[in-house]
Amino acid sequence: MATYLEFIQQNEERDGVRFSWNVWPSSRLEATRMVVPLACLFTPLKERPDLPPVQYEPVLCSRPTCKAVLNPLCQVDYRAKLWACNFCFQRNQFPPAYGGISEVNQPAELMPQFSTIEYMIQRGAQSPLIFLYVVDTCLEEDDLQALKESLQMSLSLLPPDALVGLITFGRMVQVHELSCEGISKSYVFRGTKDLTAKQIQDMLGLTKPAMPMQQARPAQPQEHPFVSSRFLQPVHKIDMNLTDLLGELQRDPWPVTQGKRPLRSTGVALSIAVGLLEGTFPNTGARIMLFTGGPPTQGPGMVVGDELKIPIRSWHDIEKDNARFMKKATKHYEMLANRTAANGHCIDIYACALDQTGLLEMKCCANLTGGYMVMGDSFNTSLFKQTFQRIFTKDFNGDFRMAFGATLDVKTSRELKIAGAIGPCVSLNVKGPCVSENELGVGGTSQWKICGLDLTSTLGIYFEVVNQHNAPIPQGGRGAIQFVTHYQHSSTQRRIRVTTIARNWADAQTQLRHIEAAFDQEAAAVLMARLGVFRAESEEGPDVLRWLDRQLIRLCQKFGQYNKEDPASFRLSDSFSLYPQFMFHLRRSPFLQVFNNSPDESSYYRHHFARQDLTQSLIMIQPILYSYSFHGPPEPVLLDSSSILADKILLMDTFFQIVIYLGETIAQWRKAGYQDMPEYENFKHLLQAPLDDAQEILQARFPMPRYINTEHGGSQARFLLSKVNPSQTHNNLYAWGQETGAPILTDDVSLQVFMDHLKKLAVSSAC
Amino acid sequence: MQISSAVAPAPPSSGLGYGPPTSLASASGSFPNSGLYGSYPQGQASPVSQAQGHPGIQTPQRSAPSQASSFTPPVSGGPRLPSMTGPLLPGQGFGGPSVSQPNHVSSPPPQALPPGTQMTGPLGPPPPMHSLQQPGYQPQQNGSFGSARGPQPNYGSPYPAAPTFGSQPGPPQPLPPKRLDPDAIPSPQLNELPPQQKTRHRIDPDAIPSPIQVIEDDRNNRGTEPFVTGVRGQVPPLVTTNFLVKDQGNASPRYIRCTSYNIPCTSDMAKQAQVPLAAVIKPLATLPPDEASPYVVDHGESGPLRCNRCKAYMCPFMQFIEGGRRFQCCFCSCINDVPPQYFQHLDHTGKRVDAYDRPELSLGSYEFLATVDYCKNNKFPSPPAFIFMIDVSYNAIRTGLVRLLCEELKSLLDFLPRECGAEESAIRVGFVTYNKVLHFYNVKSSLAQPQMMVVSDVADMFVPLLDGFLVNVNESRAVITSLLDQIPEMFADTRETETVFVPVIQAGMEALKAAECAGKLFLFHTSLPIAEAPGKLKNRDDRKLINTDKEKTLFQPQTGAYQTLAKECVAQGCCIDLFLFPNQYVDVATLSVVPQLTGGSVYKYACFQVENDQERFLSDLRRDVQKVVGFDAVMRVRTSTGIRAVDFFGAFYMSNTTDVELAGLDGDKTVTVEFKHDDRLNEESGALLQCALLYTSCAGQRRLRIHNLALNCCTQLADLYRNCETDTLINYMAKFAYRGVLNSPVKAVRDTLITQCAQILACYRKNCASPSSAGQLILPECMKLLPVYLNCVLKSDVLQPGAEVTTDDRAYVRQLVTSMDVAETNVFFYPRLLPLTKSPIESTTEPTAVRASEERLSNGDIYLLENGLNLFLWVGASVQQGVVQSLFSVSSFSQITSGLSVLPVLDNPLSKKVRGLIDSLRAQRSRYMKLIVVKQEDKLEMLFKHFLVEDKSLSGGASYVDFLCHMHKEIRQLLS
Repeated sequence: MATYLEFIQQNEERDGVRFSWNVWPSSRLEATRMVVPLACLFTPLKERPDLPPVQYEPVLCSRPTCKAVLNPLCQVDYRAKLWACNFCFQRNQFPPAYGGISEVNQPAELMPQFSTIEYMIQRGAQSPLIFLYVVDTCLEEDDLQALKESLQMSLSLLPPDALVGLITFGRMVQVHELSCEGISKSYVFRGTKDLTAKQIQDMLGLTKPAMPMQQARPAQPQEHPFVSSRFLQPVHKIDMNLTDLLGELQRDPWPVTQGKRPLRSTGVALSIAVGLLEGTFPNTGARIMLFTGGPPTQGPGMVVGDELKIPIRSWHDIEKDNARFMKKATKHYEMLANRTAANGHCIDIYACALDQTGLLEMKCCANLTGGYMVMGDSFNTSLFKQTFQRIFTKDFNGDFRMAFGATLDVKTSRELKIAGAIGPCVSLNVKGPCVSENELGVGGTSQWKICGLDLTSTLGIYFEVVNQHNAPIPQGGRGAIQFVTHYQHSSTQRRIRVTTIARNWADAQTQLRHIEAAFDQEAAAVLMARLGVFRAESEEGPDVLRWLDRQLIRLCQKFGQYNKEDPASFRLSDSFSLYPQFMFHLRRSPFLQVFNNSPDESSYYRHHFARQDLTQSLIMIQPILYSYSFHGPPEPVLLDSSSILADKILLMDTFFQIVIYLGETIAQWRKAGYQDMPEYENFKHLLQAPLDDAQEILQARFPMPRYINTEHGGSQARFLLSKVNPSQTHNNLYAWGQETGAPILTDDVSLQVFMDHLKKLAVSSAC
Repeated sequence: MQISSAVAPAPPSSGLGYGPPTSLASASGSFPNSGLYGSYPQGQASPVSQAQGHPGIQTPQRSAPSQASSFTPPVSGGPRLPSMTGPLLPGQGFGGPSVSQPNHVSSPPPQALPPGTQMTGPLGPPPPMHSLQQPGYQPQQNGSFGSARGPQPNYGSPYPAAPTFGSQPGPPQPLPPKRLDPDAIPSPQLNELPPQQKTRHRIDPDAIPSPIQVIEDDRNNRGTEPFVTGVRGQVPPLVTTNFLVKDQGNASPRYIRCTSYNIPCTSDMAKQAQVPLAAVIKPLATLPPDEASPYVVDHGESGPLRCNRCKAYMCPFMQFIEGGRRFQCCFCSCINDVPPQYFQHLDHTGKRVDAYDRPELSLGSYEFLATVDYCKNNKFPSPPAFIFMIDVSYNAIRTGLVRLLCEELKSLLDFLPRECGAEESAIRVGFVTYNKVLHFYNVKSSLAQPQMMVVSDVADMFVPLLDGFLVNVNESRAVITSLLDQIPEMFADTRETETVFVPVIQAGMEALKAAECAGKLFLFHTSLPIAEAPGKLKNRDDRKLINTDKEKTLFQPQTGAYQTLAKECVAQGCCIDLFLFPNQYVDVATLSVVPQLTGGSVYKYACFQVENDQERFLSDLRRDVQKVVGFDAVMRVRTSTGIRAVDFFGAFYMSNTTDVELAGLDGDKTVTVEFKHDDRLNEESGALLQCALLYTSCAGQRRLRIHNLALNCCTQLADLYRNCETDTLINYMAKFAYRGVLNSPVKAVRDTLITQCAQILACYRKNCASPSSAGQLILPECMKLLPVYLNCVLKSDVLQPGAEVTTDDRAYVRQLVTSMDVAETNVFFYPRLLPLTKSPIESTTEPTAVRASEERLSNGDIYLLENGLNLFLWVGASVQQGVVQSLFSVSSFSQITSGLSVLPVLDNPLSKKVRGLIDSLRAQRSRYMKLIVVKQEDKLEMLFKHFLVEDKSLSGGASYVDFLCHMHKEIRQLLS
């Protein structure tokens, strides 16, 4: 454990945890002075190929308010067969099964390398995974065709015993019955009327008919839950049927007159999907997958009217309070999202359309339930097709990389309290001694529900040091946090993963250097960004920026080395050096800037930012730029306009987009066809290299990024130009004519200007 | 009313008399008719038994006829007889003495002749049968009415004569019956003077006017020559008579019948007479094959020519003036320009030269092609659609109904109504099944399999699909067949017992709305809709309410939802035909609201079982589906100045006071319209009616059907009474009363009827009959059946229910009668009772009916009884074995299964004849009559006896004789 860098990396790999501070200030007062809160990014299902689950259940602390899991940090009295809880100090008897325990015969959970351990629970009935497709039929013919094919294909990817269901919607909502032979049968609902879950279940006949069936066949109680719903059937039974059914799907037959949008009842369709699952399979892993090709135009949840001449709301409209339907729609989807979360199901939204589709209003459906949100131009694009396919990829064990119905329970030692979490979760409202009154993100609880998660779903969890300054922690004391994640594995087993970590306390007055060195600027940047984005959802953009700036300035004041009022003297240590740059790019990012983005796009970007792990999040904040040239292997270069050179090929990864940009000369060469000449094979290779690298990224990323291949002067080059630091603009022409990159036509400040200001403010005593 | 009251005050009463108070002659008088018969064998008076007999007696046979005429000037054929000279007759008639006349006479005097003449005079068939009539019956008398006194001879006469009245044609005289009733038989011969004394004695039923006789007379007199409509104010033959109509300017009686063809000029007169002025209109009536259906006239883009002021359509009564450049409206007298393209010169009589080339100038009934101005939203309508909506709840499945229906529909769909000449029907079809949710089917031709779409949101109904719901039968045949095959299978295991109703209709209506067309829903429904949905009903059947002030609630709908729905349906042109298959109370009163208001029909098959009721149901269904229907119709009746249509009865909806809106109208539906005076009428110009019906034909063509009818006007009440039609009157009165029960206690409704009837008759007595003893009951010739028919109405199930009549039955009948035409009400209230073995087997004509009374049944005979809804075969206990064998294929009476509904098909003349007769009876009626075989003295006989309407009924309805006595008393009260 040579450096903190390694320490951090090792911890991340083992436990899926990155803390903003890896040595914790030991008192509340000091902690608040650190500016960046004590917080961590936690990836509950961090992929651990080397971690086989143990086949027994965890041993819990017997104190009802604690119930922490036995872990390597506990003190164990092997003689007395007792263990002391490291959170509440309760002494607990080992259960009888642990009778043979001794120093040399330790259960796995006591071994230090098992700070993260996974238990498999054998109890309880296993229920199959459920996939409920909710399909918009108001699509163009080829779009619908593509979507139908994707859906048909997906049937082969589902586990054979998974249950599938199909709801289609347009002007009406149809719930298809899948079991019947011969005549195909569906239940139709008006798209304009909201129904309660009870009504939906009554109308689908889910309440009554289930009873006689139960009585009629008491012999097969086991099978009962699987067959009780005619709308959800095992894939292996009906895949032929469903394939045909999907094949026969027609575009919504209701006429759409000139100048109108098709009537699309997304709100009711979702409501019915939620109600259907709520009535049949509560608390069982289930995905509602909504495929929509346009905005909801009628009924509850409508986002825009059907008059084409009235465009869908823009940020401008929203600021002007001109978005008529937004509030009501948002409320509708929020209500649905909360119900879904309560049932332990998740909602995915696959929205493919050139215009907005109402993601702004619907975002909570995915955000609160841990569902995916995918935005594309058309279902007939590889972006959608491959993204959709990727949902069903399997891990090295052959299991789907998805899990359901997780609850994350966080326990802290008594010097710490939990302030909140930010991520694809909802609060379970479990108050406890370790819950802080100050909320950051979703707070007021020590447990959250994450209805759908994959191996990279990451939550930001914020803590508060509550230890008072006058109650010093003994030297060498450590604070501990335990994350207990109950979830339904994709193999349908219930599992519990327990991660217990500990960090040293340090007195900030005496050991500030120590604390400073243990600062994880990447994690801090992401955690601060999440806080900022979280605020941006409810506050005005400028306020958030101001808040971010203030935090940054305060941080620099606290940890910079400078002479008062002398900007030139300002220095930051290595562990902070990149942080201001992250903040600079964060300020320009689509997460906080709505200019040039539609409300849907903003929602989409924010959605992904709030669930990706640290690496991906960093890419989102500050895209990566590689440069390819004849002069050597590809190298990462500054995200700066100065990197745009005529004889270079650039590859930028912003997470959402992969941009390949050919410099002016390269573009001309390519146009001249040099790559096809045998003597210029090296040029051909040069052209090919970024393509291959891009492909690699494309293969791995979810959702599949937009792939842009452009060149100097190309219209699509704007994707690159809008990201790089505008060090050269039309305003500072002094660099003009030099071969140092291209000017960007923007009034945005460059990083240099930003840094200058920052230094000035940091050293100023005024603030 | 029993008799007693009657007291015979009057000695004078020659009582019974027919008119001729005094004279024995009277007796003869009565016979007079017989005179007619005379022709018959009757001559042999001897056979007392036989009615005819009398005649014989009467010397003046001929006179008889005359008398007749004299009496009731009525139409009776009398007049026609050229032989009889009108005036004279009267006097003679009686035998005598002018005296006689009084009664009847009233009218005659003045116009004695005229009557004859006027009435259809010219054409009139010779034999004046009626004559007997009035006179005849005075009967009341039995002692009761004073009449009976000495003079009674009448009496006597009556009896024997009895038949007379009826002037029954010789043969059928049911004399035997008399025997049955010893009491009744006071004395065979008038002579038995003392009749009177036996105050208590019952009146001889044969002495009172017999419907059978009247019907037979009319048949004989008027059935032979065509009825030509050219002359204003002619009374057409009775509905029971089979006659041919030639349209020469007035609408055929098949389209319009009036209560009177000569209406009072002033409202004072009308009030005095109390005779309702009403027309029973059947705008789309089906004509017999030998009568041409109305011509279609196309006036091009400008549309039909109409009066600018009152909007009446061009018709034969319009007066062209100024050389043809203008015409004067015959309804409002407005002078209109003739458009250039319509101009035509006039001939020397002032008639257009082209009058006979143009149906609208020469015929009573014709059609115009409507222009787009006559269409909803100014768009020509799309072809209509039929939607079949089938209850698939447990009950419907269990009884086999669904399977039966689906099987039948497969073939029935080939027979959808089509425009004549069209190769295939333009009508599209759709299918819905339902229990407490609705299942729509997509049967688009491109599908391999039908698709089912379930709508459970019954609270807020909508149509889940557009394309593929309504399809052309031929294009989608494979899918439809597949659907009809699968429906019974799909629901075979259903346990759902609850149903909805309003949402089903709503769905159908919405579907039509979405398809922008009119149409008809065929609803097959089994049970009270108790599922949670709009229009949910509860069982509110409560027999305790009967005869209380709350009884009317049983006829009223439970909730307003049905009316509201009906209104929407009418607006969309959505007509509902409802087939009910209840096992118990289904609240017909409520469920039938929508069919009723949309011009649809209700069919009810209580305790439906495939084995027993299949034929009836399928036959009704086939007829109902195949019949020609007009959709989205509006009917307007215009009248010449002086009278005005004020009230309408029938199956339709009205949103204002003049337009009758009918979502659908078929050839069986009738609208009865009542007129009132709002000014004086002119004897010269008469009164005109024009009924215009705008409708969409089954091919989707918008048309106007026009019926015109001219009536006479009179300043003498006698003319009114001479030109009335009792059958039509009864039709009106029944509908009036049946609507009355919605708002008033049944008792009050009955009393109103009786009072009105008494007033009508009293007015006649007072103003038209010459003075005579108050003890005599004198009836106008045309109305001599009024009492018997009215009594039938009064004791019908709706107005006086028996213990076994369910609330649903009453509501069902009530709504049926509302749209019945005159022929239907006639037979419905006074069933036909046909003896089967009386006439020789070889005779091919329908046997002559006998009066509906138990007395007329001979236990050695077999009878058929029908009333348009029911058909009974009554087998006497001592019927010949051979007959039993040849009809039932069993060896003895005791082996006949009571309640049998099908006669075995046997190859012998009797069996063939009876079955043939049954078939022909069924063919005459709009609904299939299920046969029930009833054995004498069997339990089922009770049911049968219910239809013997001249007898006292179990539910307290008076016998004919008793009622007549009562009526007499009422009249006398009014007169005094």
